[in-house]
Parts: sequence; C-alpha cells; structure tokens
Amino acid sequence: MAEIRLENVRKEFGEVVAVKDISLTIHDREFMVLLGPSGCGKSTLLRCIAGLEQVNNGRILIDGEDVTQLPPRKRGISMVFQSYAVFPHMTVFENIAFGLRMQKKPDAEIRQRVQSSAELLHIEELLDRYPAQLSGGQRQRVAVARAIAVQAKVLLMDEPLSNLDALLRLEMRAELKRLLDELQATVIYVTHDQVEALSMGDRIAVMRNGEILQCDSPIAVYNNPAAHFIGSFIGNPPMNFLTARVLDGKTAVSVHETTIPLPPSIASQLKANTELWLGIRAENIEALSQTAPDTIPAKVLVVEPLGSHNLLTVQVGNELLKVNTHADAKFSPGQAIWLRFAADKIRWLDKLTGQSLI
Amino acid sequence: MSSKRTWFSSRSLLYVVALLIALYILVPIYLITISAFSPRNAVFDYPKPFFPKAFSVETLSFFLNSFGVLESVQMSIIVAILTLVLSLLIGAPAGYTLARYVFVGKDSYRLAILSTRAFPIVILAIPLAVTFIRWDLDDTAIGVALLHTAMALPTTILVTSSVFVSVSKELEEAAMVLGCSRFGAFRRVALPLALPGLAASAIFTFVLSWNEVFAAAILTLQNPTLPARLVVQLNQSPLPFKFAGGFFILVPAIVFMLFVRRYLFTLWGVKLK
Repeated sequence: MAEIRLENVRKEFGEVVAVKDISLTIHDREFMVLLGPSGCGKSTLLRCIAGLEQVNNGRILIDGEDVTQLPPRKRGISMVFQSYAVFPHMTVFENIAFGLRMQKKPDAEIRQRVQSSAELLHIEELLDRYPAQLSGGQRQRVAVARAIAVQAKVLLMDEPLSNLDALLRLEMRAELKRLLDELQATVIYVTHDQVEALSMGDRIAVMRNGEILQCDSPIAVYNNPAAHFIGSFIGNPPMNFLTARVLDGKTAVSVHETTIPLPPSIASQLKANTELWLGIRAENIEALSQTAPDTIPAKVLVVEPLGSHNLLTVQVGNELLKVNTHADAKFSPGQAIWLRFAADKIRWLDKLTGQSLI
Repeated sequence: MSSKRTWFSSRSLLYVVALLIALYILVPIYLITISAFSPRNAVFDYPKPFFPKAFSVETLSFFLNSFGVLESVQMSIIVAILTLVLSLLIGAPAGYTLARYVFVGKDSYRLAILSTRAFPIVILAIPLAVTFIRWDLDDTAIGVALLHTAMALPTTILVTSSVFVSVSKELEEAAMVLGCSRFGAFRRVALPLALPGLAASAIFTFVLSWNEVFAAAILTLQNPTLPARLVVQLNQSPLPFKFAGGFFILVPAIVFMLFVRRYLFTLWGVKLK
C-alpha cells in the first residue's frame, strides 16, 4: 500500500514559483502521469516528492506518513532519471545491486534479485560490463533495473524515454508498461510526450505554469479537455478550435455563417452575442465533396496521406482545421468541401478564460 | 586541391612552432642533464659535444653528499606533502561547493579566490616573516607549508571545482534515492569519479611547493627547502655543482608532469574518454 498525497505543495526558486500549491492524491498502485510542456513544473514536483528539492510550503504524505522533511533515502521511493545516471565506475551488476547493498542485504539475496531484475529487462548478459561499453538503450535498461531491484513502494520516473531514438522509444514504451503493470508499485511518470501519457497512464495530470489544469483518465482528458490549452496540447493532430458566436435565442451559435444548435445545458450559462470556442477532434469531422444540410463549407489547403488515413488541412473563413479522412478519399488542394461535425463530440469552451463549459 | 595545400601548410606551420617551443624548453634541460652526468672538467668544454664523451656521477654524488643537501631534500618533501594534504583538505570542499551549490555572491567569491594571487608575495614577505617569527612558525616545515598552501589554494579550488562539475549531479541524486546520505553519495559516487582529477591537482600542488623559492627562502634559515638552499648556495658554487643542483631539482617536476599529462586536460574541465 502506498498512497501519495500532496497537500498544497509549493516550490519557489527565488522569484519564480515552479509549483503553485498543488494538491493531488495518487492512489495505491496507480500509474500517474505528469504531463506538460517544458518549464511547467512537472519535474520539480517529482523532485519534491523524491525529496531532492525541499518544498517551501505544504505537505507530502506517502502511505499516510508525512515525509516532507525526510531525506530521499527514508521515503521508500526509487527513481529513474532522464540522463539515466548510471554509475560509470561500477559494472552493470554493481549498479543494479547498489540500492540493495545500501540496505545491507545478504549477498545471496542481492545476487538473486539483481539477476531477476536484469532478466526482466533482458540485460542479464551485460552484468559484467561497464556503462561506457553500453548503448543508450542498454543504459536506460540498467537504470530501470536498478530502480526496480530495490522493490520500492513508489517508483518515480523523470522522462525516462526522452533520450531514446523514436523506434527504441516505441518499443520501450510497451515494455515499460507491461513491466510496471507487473510491479504493483505506485508510479509517477513525468513526460512532455502526450502520446506516452495517453498510452501508459491510469490518470494524467496536465500541468502548466506550476498548476494542474486537469487530472483524469487518458480518454477523458482526450475527449473532454478542461481547457483550450489541454485540447491544443494533447492529441495528434491537436483539437480544432473554431470561433462561434451565440445567436439571439441562445439555442444556437453561428460558425462562419453556419448555424449549429447549442445543448440546453450550455445555453443556460450564456449571454447572447458572446463568443465561444467550438472544439472538435479531426476524427470527428466528416468531409463531404457535396453540400448537405448542417454542413460548413471549407476549402482544402493541404492533403497529407499518412497510410492509415489522410490528414487534410482545410480553411474555414480565416481559421484552419485538421480533418481526418479515409485513406481512399480523393481530395485535392484547392477543392471546395463541406464539413459535418459529429454533434455529440463537439466541446464548448469560454473564449475569454479558455475553460471548458459543461 | 588548393584547400588541401593550405591545410597542409598551416598544419606544418603548427608543427614548426610546436617544435620550436619544445626545443626552447628541452635544449636547456638536455644541456643541464648531460653536464650533470659529465666529469667535472668536461663541463667547461667548448664547443659542447652533442653526445657526452664520458659518463660520470661524480658531480652528482658530490652534490648530494655536500653539507645539508639531503636534509633539504627531506625538508622539501615534508613541506610538499603537508602542502598537498592541507590544500586538498581545504580546497576540495570549496571546489565541491562551487561546483554543486548556488549561493549569494558565488561569482564574487570565485573572483575573490583568484584575486588572492594578485598580491605580490614580495610585499607580504616582511610582515609574514615577522608574524611567523612571533608565532614560532619560522624555520619550520609547517610554516612553509602554510604559505605554500595559501599560494596553491586558488588553483586547487578552481581546478577541483571544474573536476566536480564534470561529475553529473544526477549521479549523486541517484545514489541518495537508492539509500545514501548526502555524504555517502559523495563518498561512493562523486569522490571515486573525481579521484583522477583530484590526484592530478594534488601533484600539481606538490610540484608547485617543490619548486617554490621565494617564500621558502624568507621563512627558513637553518632548515631550508632544497630550492631555498640552492638559491643561496649556487651563487657561490663552482659550475659543475650548479648543473648537478639544477638537474636534481628538475627531475621530480618532469617525472610528475609525465605522470599527470593524461589528466592535465581534465584539470580544465575537458572530459577524457
């Protein structure tokens, strides 16, 4: 059992507030991803949990125990660093054994646990080597093996895949996910890669400017972004946003001369003639080559065949949209098309605050 | 074609300059060496044969057995070792701090360290001698070592700081997460990785102390270090004796330099593979 509770955690570096009074509970054995652009405070928050940074305010509880003032070694955690931080003066075996040696485990147990950690990461034949003789991918595996060998209740990972090349990252992502499922540890995983976050996490906490904007399951964050920033950060391509103006009756909005009905729950919060964001994902737009009722006219600018589907960049009025179409669909640049939005997939956001309207 | 030619000529120019610099330093060393190993009267031969005609350790053994030389060698070694230990004990923690921590006035501190070298020791000589006499430190190994430490510290601090900078901070953090205390992480990870650089810095200090003349000469009277004795004695000595003394004081410096050559790059923060 290792639940992690953050209460109003605040970290300042001089004038800069890196983490702004964050409160968050990570459940036992949960895989929590901290996602955000660089400089959003996600790594700092992780380092605060690890005890590598002293918080200015707030409390950190692991398993009910207040660890705010404890040094890293007394927090029952383990960590994988972005640079791997594999000790260059020790063999792979000694690297993996390091934490166990610090716990003064008997030699037989150390040997056995190093062996099994190495096997999990398929590096058992590298145990006698020094890190300088390993490739980047192998060093990464050593770093993970070293972190899991101590069988800590909490595993912290700071962008562990960001230094790998694209192909290796894809392979390692799936392997890590399988491994971490087996480990049954509580995992906090920091990344700026939204695909990693979506594919690996039980929950994603999206951060910006030292604050958590939304914390929810990957599918909820993807489908119902709580803010304009999240929609435009998560997903490939990011969510499309169109300006919509509320019509007099408040039952519909006008999007570039086309009228789209508003759900009553949204309408009740609004005033006539205010502006909204209409958010819709590329895969929820249907592109038609002929006009039809309730469609928005657009012009194709770019066609990108991606194998499984084609990605269109289209222009509506003065705004650009990304639209997924079938791989067989024949569209060409300059062509006039009509877009139909899947009504239940449309999201409405306040244009001033960027916040989602529910 | 033409670019290859300019490459070649600039390259060969570089070698010519390097050769000239090397000769400038090596020729006197060579001459001192052959003179030290020649029979006494061969020292005055002119023109000098490039290869010595006869080999003899006569002058060298005369030098070593002359009054007080061995005692001075002993004194020099003690002073150099004391200096080495003191400057590492004080300098390495300071260097580590400069490498790892951000604190108010860090840049001024760095500058202040360097500026201590700007004090001409000649001006300090008399007050220092007086103070040392008052404290009963004059004419002692520890007295000379203290002054040598003061002279060596700026280099030691800056060099060790660049050595520690080259050891990634994340390595120590990883060790701390895996169960080490702050000091344990330093001892198990940072120290072993910094050791070659620290050794190089220590040898640097040793040579500095071994070669230092002025401070040693003003602070010692009965128990001079080797350079302090030589600077007084050589003026009144015959030429063969001068060559033997010169050779003897050269050797350790050259041997140490050969030994640390590999680390001289690490000294200035360049990482060696």
